[in-house]
Amino acid sequence: MIEIKGIEKSFGDHQVLAGVDLTVGTGETMVILGRSGCGKSVLLKLVIGLLKPDSGQVLVGGEPVPYDRPGDLFRMRGKFGMLFQAAALFDSLTVGENVGLGLKENTSLNAGEISRRVKEKLLTVGLDGAEFLKPAELSGGMKKRVGLARALAMDPEYILYDEPTTGLDPVMGGVINELIRDLQHKFRATSIAVTHDIHSAFRIGDRIALLHEGRIVHVGTVAETKATRNPVVEEFIEGQSG
Amino acid sequence: MPARLVIEGDSAHIEGSLTFPDVRRVLAEFERALAVRTGSTLEVDLSGLTRIDSGGAALLDEVTERGRGRNVRVAYTGACDEVAEIRRIFSSGAGARVAERERAGLLQRCGVWGYHTWAGFLEFLQLTADTFYWSFAGLVSKRGGRKGAFVTQALLIGVDALPVVLTISFLVGAILALQSAAQLRQFGANIFVADLIAVSMAREMGPLMTAIILAGRSGSAIASEIATMTVTEEIDALKTMGINPVRYIVVPKFYAISLCMPLLSILATLVGILGGLIVAFLYLDLTPAVYTREAIEILTAKDIVTGLVKSVAFAGLICTIGAHYGFRVQGGAEGVGRTTTASVVAAIFAVVVADCFFSLIFYF
Ligand SMILES: Nc1ncnc2c1ncn2[C@@H]1O[C@H](COP(=O)(O)OP(=O)(O)O)[C@@H](O)[C@H]1O
Ligand SMILES: [Mg+2]
Repeated sequence: MIEIKGIEKSFGDHQVLAGVDLTVGTGETMVILGRSGCGKSVLLKLVIGLLKPDSGQVLVGGEPVPYDRPGDLFRMRGKFGMLFQAAALFDSLTVGENVGLGLKENTSLNAGEISRRVKEKLLTVGLDGAEFLKPAELSGGMKKRVGLARALAMDPEYILYDEPTTGLDPVMGGVINELIRDLQHKFRATSIAVTHDIHSAFRIGDRIALLHEGRIVHVGTVAETKATRNPVVEEFIEGQSG
Repeated sequence: MPARLVIEGDSAHIEGSLTFPDVRRVLAEFERALAVRTGSTLEVDLSGLTRIDSGGAALLDEVTERGRGRNVRVAYTGACDEVAEIRRIFSSGAGARVAERERAGLLQRCGVWGYHTWAGFLEFLQLTADTFYWSFAGLVSKRGGRKGAFVTQALLIGVDALPVVLTISFLVGAILALQSAAQLRQFGANIFVADLIAVSMAREMGPLMTAIILAGRSGSAIASEIATMTVTEEIDALKTMGINPVRYIVVPKFYAISLCMPLLSILATLVGILGGLIVAFLYLDLTPAVYTREAIEILTAKDIVTGLVKSVAFAGLICTIGAHYGFRVQGGAEGVGRTTTASVVAAIFAVVVADCFFSLIFYF
């Protein structure tokens, strides 16, 4: 379970998050919808401790995220996998090395076991045999898949997805949505996905929250979200359908 | 009655009710009045106004704004209480806010700058401490480092910089010799050109020129690589995988530059002395053998050691400053270029200041 309690965050005098409260149940996929620049990525980075909130706290499995204790923070991140907006692959490493990096640095697995795990994760995302390519040789959709495989490599309890479909054409976006949905069904990791793409949100989310002007203004299941009379949500849905 | 704008010289007055439907027309009239009054004041009497709404209030603000654009000061007088109240409620307050910001200006900017500089310096010290810590930890335990990275980096930093370092040092040696030759010849002290070149290359010019070249080549490469990785979230990705970016990225570069810099600096010194030798042979009638013997005799172990100590220190500075600026990058791809430039300037500045400091402690 991930509990976000009263999180506030400003950069200089620009307040991005003004008190965010949200609880994500164990095994649930929560999608946080919001316009570009509304602070979705910032919120994910606060959850995984890449940024520190000005006030409020995040509880992961009941434990507060230890923002001021780097050692504990590193240990906590071991339970997380994260897919970054632009995949954030390391250009100098091959696809296989990218996926296996966390295993190589943080576990005592030997090279053979690592390469077996890497193959297995690449197969999961439908990229078997791509180990020896360099990230520069991949298309946008393939990069996201490698990013996904890397996020899954350590068999995380929690997965964070930052805009999984942004920058992809609708067809490839649909493929990634299906892939994420399959993974969620298979591994039941507690997940948060942030996106501004409403189709993606409806496809992959168990529940949907809307982040607007620094606060969560709506939380509900997909059906509830489609039916809601909350004007901000309605505007957001109308703005994108059609 | 719709609003009527009457303009007489530097003053004007508005009569009637200034509401939304009038805004476009009255604004155009004001615009004409402002256009011919650059650099003066326009006083507008509002006592004839019977009614105003939000559109009218916004219009008056807009006229003030446009007046500022044309360097005309617009002043409103004589508004009755009702009109003044509505103006106060609907005014965007833009005028007041701009004025306030200007007043707080200098002092506040100094304060903000000072705060950011200080915070940046503390971050830099933290990064330097981390780099040293993980460098020594890395010598003891191999985990968390990057195999092969050190060799790649050393080749990149050392071998690639060799031609330019050697060429420049040779020229610096030759220039120093040429400049001093004219003076020394007047006193018949030709032989001392060897002493001068040997000492100044070993103590100063060898390490300093090498450091400045590496600050431009390797310091900028370090800054831009780390800045790019920060912007593309690769640094964040490393952290989420439980990998320390300082240990994984900065430390191999730190080893490489700390090894390459002293080696390059020794070669630079030798080549500089060679440059002097050629000038001495051509202009001062010194045979190479005499020159070389003199140069070797004058050099002490201390000269060599201080040169090496300096160049290792310069290496550390260049690497940590480059990394510091890389991690601090802001503003996407454009920011990468800006931070890289800033890092090179800062690194060269730091190298020269450190050099001055070393000269003080070693020779006074
Ligand atoms: N490290 C940072 N420093 C300053 N401002 C930041 C930083 N990160 C994000 N911001 C600001 O926070 C706001 C939200 O950013 P972000 O979370 O990336 O938006 P999005 O919802 O599109 O993911 C933006 O206005 C951005 O400029
Ligand atoms: Mg984002």
